[in-house]
Amino acid sequence: MVSQVMGWIDERFPLTKVWREHLAEYYAPKNFNFWYYFGSLALLVLVMQIVTGIFLTMNYKPDARFAFASVEYIMRDVNFGWLIRYMHSTGASMFFVVVYLHMMRGILYGSYRKPRELLWIIGMAIYLCLMGEAFFGYLLPWGQMSYWGAQVIVSLVDAISPEVALWIRGDYVISDATLNRFFAFHVIALPLVLLVLVFLHIVALHQVGSNNPDGIEIKNHKDPVSHIPLDGIPFHPYYTVKDIVGVSGYFIAYFGIIFFLPEMGGYFLEENNFIPADPLKTPPHIAPLWYFTPFYAILRAIPQKQLGIAAMGLAVLIFFLLPWLDRGVVKSVRYRGTLYKSALTAFVLSFLVLGYLGTQEPTIWYVNPIARVCAGIYFGFFLLMPIYSRLDKTKPVPERVTS
Amino acid sequence: MNHFKSWNHSLIQGVLILFLGLSCASVQAEEGVKLDKAPVDTSNFPSLQRGAQHFMNYCMNCHSAHLARFDLLEQLGLSEKQVVQNLILTDAKVADYMTVVLKAKDAQNWFGVPPPDLSVEARVHGADWMYTYLRSFYRDDQRPSGWNNRVFPNVAMPHVLWALQGQQELQRQGGEDALVLTQKGSLSPQEYDQFVGDLVNFLVFMSEPTRSARLHLGLWVMGFLLILFLVARALKREFWKDIH
Repeated sequence: MVSQVMGWIDERFPLTKVWREHLAEYYAPKNFNFWYYFGSLALLVLVMQIVTGIFLTMNYKPDARFAFASVEYIMRDVNFGWLIRYMHSTGASMFFVVVYLHMMRGILYGSYRKPRELLWIIGMAIYLCLMGEAFFGYLLPWGQMSYWGAQVIVSLVDAISPEVALWIRGDYVISDATLNRFFAFHVIALPLVLLVLVFLHIVALHQVGSNNPDGIEIKNHKDPVSHIPLDGIPFHPYYTVKDIVGVSGYFIAYFGIIFFLPEMGGYFLEENNFIPADPLKTPPHIAPLWYFTPFYAILRAIPQKQLGIAAMGLAVLIFFLLPWLDRGVVKSVRYRGTLYKSALTAFVLSFLVLGYLGTQEPTIWYVNPIARVCAGIYFGFFLLMPIYSRLDKTKPVPERVTS
Repeated sequence: MNHFKSWNHSLIQGVLILFLGLSCASVQAEEGVKLDKAPVDTSNFPSLQRGAQHFMNYCMNCHSAHLARFDLLEQLGLSEKQVVQNLILTDAKVADYMTVVLKAKDAQNWFGVPPPDLSVEARVHGADWMYTYLRSFYRDDQRPSGWNNRVFPNVAMPHVLWALQGQQELQRQGGEDALVLTQKGSLSPQEYDQFVGDLVNFLVFMSEPTRSARLHLGLWVMGFLLILFLVARALKREFWKDIH
């Protein structure tokens, strides 16, 4: 009976074929470690954001007069509205935690190197789209930080072209018109783009196959008869059961925050955002949410505004060039030398320090000087990479993956 | 091989430590006066009921809580009748929002600034700030209201609870400014601390009425996830037995 139904479907739609090619007979390297959880987790977070977002939309009102109160209505009067709202607000921050770790994995093991350049570029497009999604979504609660955060970001556009800024806002200040269009972008436009990009990301991944912590190609050693990579194992069931462990671990952290620290000390939900937006009252200290602060710190560190905007944009976009900046003979950090490892460590530290400085008031004397040093390290990591990655004394790479 | 692994491991550790460090740093962002710890326990119904009473008697003449309804008070173990008879001081219905008749424009004229709505105010400043603030008023003849506050210097709000607390003055003691009670109120200092503690506890409850439910449900969810994690790990090990 079942095989008859499957046969009927397979004649009309390649269900069994897709199942085999992308799960049961998609061979992934057997040596994935901790870092490899974050790809599938990112997909899970995306789905959860969409589902919780749909439920929020049922009670949220994209109207400057009612938006703030409608969020509190969800928190108070909607059954389990508080849980859905916290899942969405915590999910937004955790999306960036997961995506940053996913990108870090790619950098550690050289997953952006040939033949995975397009995979990396599509991934970077997802990251850009995610930043837009977060930016538009953050206006919706219509709190003071929502309002003034959006005001600051749009004022960056204003510094380059006031006409474009006017066109984005639909008004001379952030207003009801802005809220309405940001709502449209947040709930329809960008989620659609995100889903298409994620689909393309997986198509590209399955074309080239997964990299692994050794940074070597498992396709180079196939079984002569079956043509299955000797170091490959079917994604299903091996990595599906392994990812259940990853999901359980992630959920412990995610729901731990939701139930016990939903504001995460002001990093996931800012205190000032519990004050309704007031266009006449600028808060003394405006900081974006933590996932934007490294770039915000770079913006502020440069005294000339247009140059600062350019540096901030470059800091994000420069990741696109990574496949061509890296001239190392090995992919994985495991076989790189001290030179590359030092550069990478300095980069990671500078990124974290910039992230911290971006949350601090720029009037504190040490904030901008340290941010300038860190920005130098940040850009140095990329711009000097063609040199130090080539000079780096690498170790011999094994033929087969190590466990 | 071990060398590479430990490098990788220490990187993860470093990231985690920095992340946790960042989240702690924000807690002590407020500078200035040291804040006292507020006795917050949103499962303590007697305290919340007293706090609700104080709120209706002393705060809601000027401050609204227009995102909360009166029936919120039924979550504190009170019947609708008890709420209507004891806690609604106007002709409002139990399903009405907690609004005040004070007009923002009048308040602007009288105080210089309209009193903020208190629905979610506890989430703006935090319980400890409110607890310390309400106990830090002192006499200051330079101010239009005759009152000033150590936690919120030059605040527009007068010391509404002065008859309970009495009058404090800012005096210099041992090189530091300190608040000294110069005229007794109707409550002892301990009773006044409890009064403010109950009030702040209620404000925390009102800012997030589902707080207790959240903490309670959280324990069950964590327990379930822990079991799920252990089962998932055992399942993974079973499947991976033959992979080397």
